[in-house]
Amino acid sequence: MKVTDNAKAYWRENIKYVIILLVIWFIVSYCAGILFKDELNQIKIGGFKLGFWFAQQGSMYVFVILIFIYVRMMNKLDEKYGYDK
Amino acid sequence: MINKLLLIAELDVQNWTYILVGTTFALYIGIAIWSRAGSTKEFYVAGGGVSPLANGMATAADWMSAASFISMAGIISFAGFDGAVYLMGWTGGYVLLALLLAPYLRKFGKFTVPDFIGDRYYSKTARIVAVMCALLVSFTYVAGQMRGVGIVFSRFLEVDINTGVIIGMLIVLFYAVLGGMKGITYTQVAQYCVLIFAFMVPAIFISIQVTGNPIPQLGFGSELSDGSGTYLLDKLDDLSNQLGFAEYTEGSKSTIDIFAITLALMIGTAGLPHVIVRFFTVKRVKDARKSAGIALLLIVILYSTAPAVAAFARTNMIETVSNQPYAEVPVWFKKWETTGLISFDDKNKDGLISYVANTSKNELTIDRDIMVLANPEIAKLPNWVVALVAAGGLAAALSTAAGLLLVISSSISHDLIKKIIKPSISEKEELVVARLSAVGAVCIAGYFGINPPGFVAAVVALAFGLAAASFFPAIILGIFYKRMNKEGAIAGMLVGIISMLLYMIKYKLGWFDSQLPDKSEWWFGISPEGFGTIAMMLNFIISIIIMKLTKAPPEEVQKIVEDIRIPSGAKEAIQH
Repeated sequence: MKVTDNAKAYWRENIKYVIILLVIWFIVSYCAGILFKDELNQIKIGGFKLGFWFAQQGSMYVFVILIFIYVRMMNKLDEKYGYDK
Repeated sequence: MINKLLLIAELDVQNWTYILVGTTFALYIGIAIWSRAGSTKEFYVAGGGVSPLANGMATAADWMSAASFISMAGIISFAGFDGAVYLMGWTGGYVLLALLLAPYLRKFGKFTVPDFIGDRYYSKTARIVAVMCALLVSFTYVAGQMRGVGIVFSRFLEVDINTGVIIGMLIVLFYAVLGGMKGITYTQVAQYCVLIFAFMVPAIFISIQVTGNPIPQLGFGSELSDGSGTYLLDKLDDLSNQLGFAEYTEGSKSTIDIFAITLALMIGTAGLPHVIVRFFTVKRVKDARKSAGIALLLIVILYSTAPAVAAFARTNMIETVSNQPYAEVPVWFKKWETTGLISFDDKNKDGLISYVANTSKNELTIDRDIMVLANPEIAKLPNWVVALVAAGGLAAALSTAAGLLLVISSSISHDLIKKIIKPSISEKEELVVARLSAVGAVCIAGYFGINPPGFVAAVVALAFGLAAASFFPAIILGIFYKRMNKEGAIAGMLVGIISMLLYMIKYKLGWFDSQLPDKSEWWFGISPEGFGTIAMMLNFIISIIIMKLTKAPPEEVQKIVEDIRIPSGAKEAIQH
């Protein structure tokens, strides 16, 4: 079996999605919750300092959302390339 | 009728515990009998037809262990901000799992993680290395679970820890040996329901008491309900300051260590064989992605509640005991004092409990587990809620233990015996061997539960480092790097796991020196818990260097890689 152009294009788009989603994954957890938490802690929302909130709450919510976005995007991509059978 | 109701309301904690634990156990055994496995395919991957929702629930229960249920909120309540490493570390790994591993491993469609490593790297050596890593990771992890079962039994049912471990062993033995993956999957679905209910009920009650908000995740950031207009977290920062602790929302670990530990836990989560193997049980590739999302959603329900519970419990605890006369402490204090989980030593003989950061003046020692176990009593919740916590803790410990035992038994019967030692074995015989190895694994786990070597507790947290350092790079490179060959992968896994083991032995167990080396000697200031990150990077680097120096994998292996990248045509886990 030769790798078809179809398969190659599908794989490229998949990789692009994965990279975008992982960048967001990194920003909410490692940037907002760890590296820049002191700066974000200057901002307060209700009783939460923002950096602390990202570390103990926000990042987890975003993780869940990221997976469901990925599920949706990939289901569409599978359809587009005819891999949904 | 009314008399009967009153009777029920007056049942004591002990009887409630017997009723709830007994009912849930009967339920698990019933499910095991209904869903027993008839073939190796059912035994290893539940027949490959589990729905995404059931698999998501099973994965969540499999994932959340006694540590998540009993210890995590307590750890956070003492570590404050630093507790975030567990929250982010143990959830963020699912993003990696969903995006980088689960769909491709499902498409590959075999039974175990060493199956993938062995086939992708066309080598028995690679398979054996993977089996050894899987056994090492799973055994360190399961010993801690059996201990957890024993502790819950002994605290709530007043039997000794060893009897508790044996009861737990018998239950797990029954449904893991009879049902294999199929039995485990459906009991885990039930166990998820039990444990999440048991965790949420007290959390909601306490949130209402402390802040007036029934949603713990919001109550956490609300004002206290005492009318002072102070936010809970500000109050907690204040209290921590007064007593000399690090501010609750600031923490005390260095940024680099927090970063490294979080990353090691995330990658370890994605590399744990008992989690990965769950994604072999669903029907299609798209189901694997979806069930990873459902699993994480169900896990986050508990994980986002835990830090709220931690903050409520810490405030409650400080307010109830700090600077109070010892003679007037509440009943729960005395009760838990007899278990040794909380102890008071009146150093300055003033009869007051001083709870401060300074160890020479501090008079109160509190075990972190008490934050979840005694929380319902501290908050004066009804007896049935207290008993519910016992049933929940057991569900969490048993479900994780069963998942791990399955990985151990399939590593032995499938990866070692069927694939390496005696390929001619028939399916019937393999199933017998699988069951026998499950029995053997339960006995060994039980032995460690009863006679825990001093280092078990210390080592459980490092199972993640071991998984991150061994499997993760080999699997990722196997999927995303077609040119990766067996020489690179084997060298990488060995370097990764050995460097992790050595660092752990030196800096966690202190076996190389006469005493445990000081923190200041850690490489780059990274703790043994966070070293999995470094070992994982070493694995990647060595794999790639060795791969560049050796020849490309054969044509048919490159075809396997091309094939797993395409989601359609996923066969059900194949017999072979």
